[in-house]
Amino acid sequence: MSEDGNMLLSVKNIEVVYNHVILVLKGVSLEVPEGGIVALLGANGAGKSTTLKSISNLLRAERGDVTKGTIEYMGEQVDSLTPNALVSKGVIQVMEGRHCFEHLTVEENLLTGSYTRKDGRAAVQRDLDMVYSYFPRLVDRQTSLAGYVSGGEQQMVAIGRALMAKPKLILLDEPSMGLAPQLVEEIFEIVHRLNKDEGVSFLLAEQNTSVALRYASYGYILENGRIVMDGDADKLASNEDVKEFYLGMAAGERKSFRDVKHYRRRKRWLA
Amino acid sequence: MEVLNAIFVLPFVDMFSEPIFFAEVVVGGLLTGVMYSLVALGFVLIFKASGVFNFAQGAMVLFAALTLVGLMEKGVPVWLALIIAAGVMVIVAVIIEKLVLRPLVNQPDIILFMATIGITFFLEGFGETVWGSDIHRLDVGIPDAPFEIGGMLLNEFDIWAAAIGAAMVGGLALFFRYTVIGRALRAVADDHQAALSVGIPLKTIWIVVWSVAGFVGLVAGIMWGTKSGVQFSLSLIALKALPVLILGGFTSIPGAIVGGLIIGVGEKVAEIYWGPLIGGAIENWFAYMLALVFLLFRPQGLFGEKIIERV
Repeated sequence: MSEDGNMLLSVKNIEVVYNHVILVLKGVSLEVPEGGIVALLGANGAGKSTTLKSISNLLRAERGDVTKGTIEYMGEQVDSLTPNALVSKGVIQVMEGRHCFEHLTVEENLLTGSYTRKDGRAAVQRDLDMVYSYFPRLVDRQTSLAGYVSGGEQQMVAIGRALMAKPKLILLDEPSMGLAPQLVEEIFEIVHRLNKDEGVSFLLAEQNTSVALRYASYGYILENGRIVMDGDADKLASNEDVKEFYLGMAAGERKSFRDVKHYRRRKRWLA
Repeated sequence: MEVLNAIFVLPFVDMFSEPIFFAEVVVGGLLTGVMYSLVALGFVLIFKASGVFNFAQGAMVLFAALTLVGLMEKGVPVWLALIIAAGVMVIVAVIIEKLVLRPLVNQPDIILFMATIGITFFLEGFGETVWGSDIHRLDVGIPDAPFEIGGMLLNEFDIWAAAIGAAMVGGLALFFRYTVIGRALRAVADDHQAALSVGIPLKTIWIVVWSVAGFVGLVAGIMWGTKSGVQFSLSLIALKALPVLILGGFTSIPGAIVGGLIIGVGEKVAEIYWGPLIGGAIENWFAYMLALVFLLFRPQGLFGEKIIERV
């Protein structure tokens, strides 16, 4: 991506080590422009979640450490901030697997998102109404315990809770996990509207490459802790290798994985 | 036949033939129960907010009471001593957060539990080093005179203890339900990581919750200390709080109260009506037996949080 300094977030060459020994990210660089939706793609264990957590600084609670590189948000280095300081600056992560507060009601869950805000009750109430307008399903669920609502509704609670912090950038980790295709579509549609109408930027970690590339403007592909390819979303979606390895298609038709040539993958990524 | 009669019939006959005496036993039990609840409350608070079973709660009761009584013996007026003792408990909370909880974040529960055992030894030793290991008499000015209501002989102090306990529980329940910090505390209790991710600072929450547990410990220490003198055995009443917790549920504030009351009444009634059958001293183990039964049939306790399982 271009180096025009207009970036909301820029991650430069970070290395992450867990437990002082396990090297998970081996020099990852990426950028999120103001008002963009950027997708971070890759298989299980590629390092997507780790990348997001190193940006939101949740890594330290998991005994991980950024050992090299820098992370800049709005031109300011943020590697050493606490997660709550970062949230009040406008960067919030929606974690993989939703992580709702199960014994709190849906509304209480949403309100926890406003913990760092200092702009008064009226503003919080306004945003609560805004969240309900984006997720009308949650209105009926207001007083149910979050542990008992469906998976899709939990994902909505998790995103809504993040919105309550009035973020500029949401790090959205695997929103499609465990959801029916129709719901995935619904969630992404809302992400799209939030981006357009509220101006929230998104960095989106996804395994569901086809959906992610349809909604994102730019994409990075992560393999074994390295970025192996990046480009505009439509270019990535039409790239032959991406088609073959991530979209399960080759030469315009669906392909069985038995026929995928493994040596090609090797040659391409490790060259 | 005679044995069954002695177990299942005669005690009840006794109860009904002397209802006033029975009422006195029950009320006495309820009032003792409140005292158990006060100790159990401290456990529940910390367990709720940090998922740690705080073995040191008993030591905190002892330490708070020792600090209070030590200051009073130095001639500090009661109100000032109370404020200083509460302040000391806040300092203890800050130190525990800094030196114990923060370095152990995200470690398995058992490791945190072991750490609280360490805190227990430290607080007991430190308290006795500073204030001495004699039995101290504590009198904060709560009236302590027996009086009679409807033929029952009651102790004024017990009534005060019950009232204070009830007020604390009410206050805490409101605090947890309706304040921003209270909601954040419950959020942390549910999911540390998610709480971190929405910007709730664990550090602040832990300090708040350990401080509140310290205050509760202070109140419990005052009550127990006034009754039996401030001495090392105060830290052992934590053991009595365990069955209360199992009965009421580790995560429920009302549970701590009801559990305490049931155990208070249960052990008094059992002692007086069934005790003679096997030579007495039921009071000492009745609570644990009850807890065992609960563990078998209702492990989350009467009011414990439902274990939410989605399929």
